[in-house]
This record gives sequence, structure tokens and C-alpha cells, in this order.
Amino acid sequence: MIRRLLNGLVPMLGWLFLTAAAEPVLVSDVSDRSIEIQASFHGATELVFGAILYPGGQIPQGKVDVAIVLRGPSKSIKVREKQKLGGLIWVNADDTSFRSAPAFYAIATSRPLTKMVDERTADVYELGLNSLQLSPASNMRPEDARRFEAGLIDLRARNALYAAHPSTVEITNDVLYRATLTIPARVPVGHYTAETFLIRNGHVIAAATRDVEIHKSGFERFVAVSAIAFPVAYGIIAIALSVLLGWGAGALFKRI
Amino acid sequence: MDLYLPIANLSVNAFVIILLGGGVGMLSGMFGVGGGFLTTPLLIFYGIPPTVAAASAATQVTGASVSGALAHFKRGGVDVRMGIILVVGGLVGSVTGAGIFNLLTSVGQMDTVINILYVVLLSTVGGFMARDAWAEIKAGRTGVPIAPRKRHHHPMVAALPMRWRFYASGLYISPLAPLALGFVTGILTVLLGVGGGFVMVPAMIYLLGMSTRVVVGTSLFQIVFVTAMTTMVHALTTHAVDIVLAGLLLIGSVVGAQIGSRLAQKLPPDYLRMILAVIVLLVALRMVIGLGIHPDEIYTIEAAG
Repeated sequence: MIRRLLNGLVPMLGWLFLTAAAEPVLVSDVSDRSIEIQASFHGATELVFGAILYPGGQIPQGKVDVAIVLRGPSKSIKVREKQKLGGLIWVNADDTSFRSAPAFYAIATSRPLTKMVDERTADVYELGLNSLQLSPASNMRPEDARRFEAGLIDLRARNALYAAHPSTVEITNDVLYRATLTIPARVPVGHYTAETFLIRNGHVIAAATRDVEIHKSGFERFVAVSAIAFPVAYGIIAIALSVLLGWGAGALFKRI
Repeated sequence: MDLYLPIANLSVNAFVIILLGGGVGMLSGMFGVGGGFLTTPLLIFYGIPPTVAAASAATQVTGASVSGALAHFKRGGVDVRMGIILVVGGLVGSVTGAGIFNLLTSVGQMDTVINILYVVLLSTVGGFMARDAWAEIKAGRTGVPIAPRKRHHHPMVAALPMRWRFYASGLYISPLAPLALGFVTGILTVLLGVGGGFVMVPAMIYLLGMSTRVVVGTSLFQIVFVTAMTTMVHALTTHAVDIVLAGLLLIGSVVGAQIGSRLAQKLPPDYLRMILAVIVLLVALRMVIGLGIHPDEIYTIEAAG
């Protein structure tokens, strides 16, 4: 009798022990894994969604938060700053380089980010526009780096290339989550990632990543590729088009 | 209707660009200028990257000038000999301009130089035009005609060695003068995306002293070749010619140019010149604001080499 009880209890205890340590798992997906830029492209919306899988299907006590980050390829860039020279004219007077600035970065969170994680955690996972690890040139003073960073982020934010949408992740029954992120028309092509972070008590307890490819297709791709691959032919065709249209309109209007 | 521009990498409203081309084309039809000096700044203002704007505007100017150049040619309004020298100067200038373009871009002073060039050129040309137009309007009102300006070339031009005869222009001057003029406009074409007509026409009249009968035709003749060359230079070096953008601008401008040239025949020419002068001065003023009071953006981003 006792033996039978023990036989049943041990696996059960083991199971309990495991669940205490095991964290939930995220299963995530995106509405479009490949976004094609065509003539009619004027931006896109990407739905990032998924489910939180709790071990044993039990939803524990305590609130969880979700942060979703859609980011574009990191690029090495140079930022120039205009200053007023001699009280007369504005010229580019200072510049600095950032080795890893994402070409696109949008974050959606289920609550305002500051209520979800502390600054250190945000920096580790690059959550929020102020936590981007842009890798400024090493010879820069920290206050200069901050000024340039602020300028860069502000400029890209106004072009909708950097965006933060607090309280836009919808969590249904503590299990399903979804958020819609807007991609503006002027995004660069390349490899994008949609990352989802599950956050509890200020800690990231699970994460999942999906890849998104943005590329030009059809005529747009043909033109962009030709401009680089066949510059001579491209130039001749541009000139021919221009001459033909100009001459054609002249000839046409003479008859009217 | 939104249309994606494959080289500029952004989506624009096609109608706005066509209208922009149409408006500029109307001006060019009325005044015989290419209108590039308006297209480039307006495109940049719309959000097109400056290099793409300058490159595609140059392509558009070719189309906007070609039918005018042909019409003048048939009428005998082109001094071909003078034109060829201007073109040769222009071709050398556009290649030189590409070098200057790269240099300025690498040190980050491209936009400042573009703005300063615009302010200097536009305010000078606009000022001259406004003065002349005002004198004509006043003369028309009071009935006192202006004493006709004696046609002669600048003493500096007369000092140059080796003289050639340019029959159509009625000149006996050194070919070095038009060569230098072509060279300068070639540089401007690459840097500013302008045909350079608004610089060349006054220079032909006031510096070279060419017969006004062939000034506009010869200027157009040079513009067609030099802007075509500039398109080529941009296609090879900056890869910034957006064929879709240029096409949209062209559709607007070739139609606008025809309308403009018909309007010009109905409107009094002195008032017309005053309007153009005011437009030119307004563009210059806009540039002054960007340079001296507040730039559009303090920070700019470019790909690090």
C-alpha cells in the first residue's frame, strides 16, 4: 500500500519540481514572412502573434507582459550634425559613426515599457528606443554620443523608421498575444526579425524569434538591380525615354 | 495614387509629382528655361533624397528641352558652332562636377554648397531679371522707351587669345570664353540638377554679347546634350537616376511646357519676366532661410563607407 503510494508520488513530485523550474514557452508567428515591395507599395502592416505555452497547461498566478520588437538589418552609419558657424550659416560641423544602427526598429508592448522592466533589463534585450545598442565610435565622449543618438533616433522616429507603441500588445486569456506593427514605405530591404519577449516581475522569462524578409519584386526589383548591374544601359534608356517623351509631346501638340 | 520609386526607395503620390512636373514645365514653356532650379529643391522638399532629386531632375530637363531645341533649330535659332563648343565645355564640366560631387559628399558639405550656390545664382539672376522687367514695365507705362542696350562682350572675353568667327551669333571672339561658360554650367548641372539655362542665357547676353536671336536656341541645344551626359555620369557613379521619378516628372513637364508656350504668347512679356524673377527670388529666399535661420534637419544620416 505504502509502496504503491510512493510509486505514484515520486513521479508526481518530480513533475511538481520540474514545473516550478520550467518556464513557459512562446510560440510566435507573423502574418507575412516575406514582404514584397512593388509599384503599389506604400508601407505594410505586420501582425505578430502567438501563444504562451505554460508547462502542464496551468496558468500561474501573476501578470505577464509581452514586448514585441520588429527590427531591420543593422547598418554602419555616419551621422552628421549641423552647427551655426560664425553666427551666420548652418553647416555640417561634427560627425560620428555608429557601427550597428538598425535600419528599422518598432516595439510594441502590453504596458508602458518602464512599468515592465528596469533600465538594465531593457538595455540587455534592447527594449525601447532609448535602449538600442548603436555602438558609437569609441573615441567619442559619452555626452556627445548621447546627443548624436538622440538626434538619430528623433530623425528616424519622424520618418516612422523607429517607433514605440506602448500598450498595443493584446493578451487574450493570458495565453494568446497579438500586435500590429506598421512598416512605412521608406523601409530599406533586407532581413528583418520579429522578436517576442515574455516578461514577468521585470524579468524576461521566454523569447521567440521569427524572420521576415523584405525585398523588391517585379519591375521595382528589375529597375533597382539594373541601375547597379548595367549602369550604361540604364543611363542610355533613361536618356532615350526622356528624349522620346519630350520630342513626342512636342510633335503631338503641334497637331492639336 | 501611390507609386513606389525603386531608386529613391520611397512611395510618392504620382499625381503630386506629375503636377509638380507640369507646373515646372509650364514655366519652362513660358520662359524658355529648363526649370531644374525649381524641380530639384521641390523634390527635396517633398522628401526625395537630394542626390536622387538632382540626378532625376537632370534626366527630366533633357526631355523638357528637346522639343524646344528642335523647334529653334528648324527656325535657324541655334548657333551650332557655338553650341558644340558649349557642349564640349559642358561635357568636361559634368565629369569634373562628378568629381566635386564625390569630394563634397565624402566631407559632408554637399548640401551646404548646393544651398550656397543656389542662393548666389538665383538671387543674382533673379535680381537682374527683376530690374530689367521693372524698367520695361515702367517704360511701357510712361511711354518713354528704354535706350536699346548696346550689344558687346565683356572686356575679359575680348582679352582672350585666338579668335573665331561665330556668324550666327554675330561674334568674333575666342572659343575659350564659351568653352569656359559650358564648363561651368556642366558642373552646375551635376551638382544642382539644373540645365543651367538660367545662368547661361544671361551670360550669353551680358558676357559674350551674343545676338539674342540665337541665345535661347543655342542654350537649349547645349542643355539637351549636357543634361543627357549628366544622366549618364549619375547612372555610372551615384546610381541615383530614378527612372520612374524622371518619367513622372516628364509626363507632367512635357505637357506643361506646351501649355506654357501657348500661354506665353497671350501674356505681356514684361510682366511674365517679372513673375519669373519673383519665383526665382522666392526660391533663393527659401534657401537663405535653410542656411541662415534654421535648417530643415540638424542631423543627417548616411551609410558609412
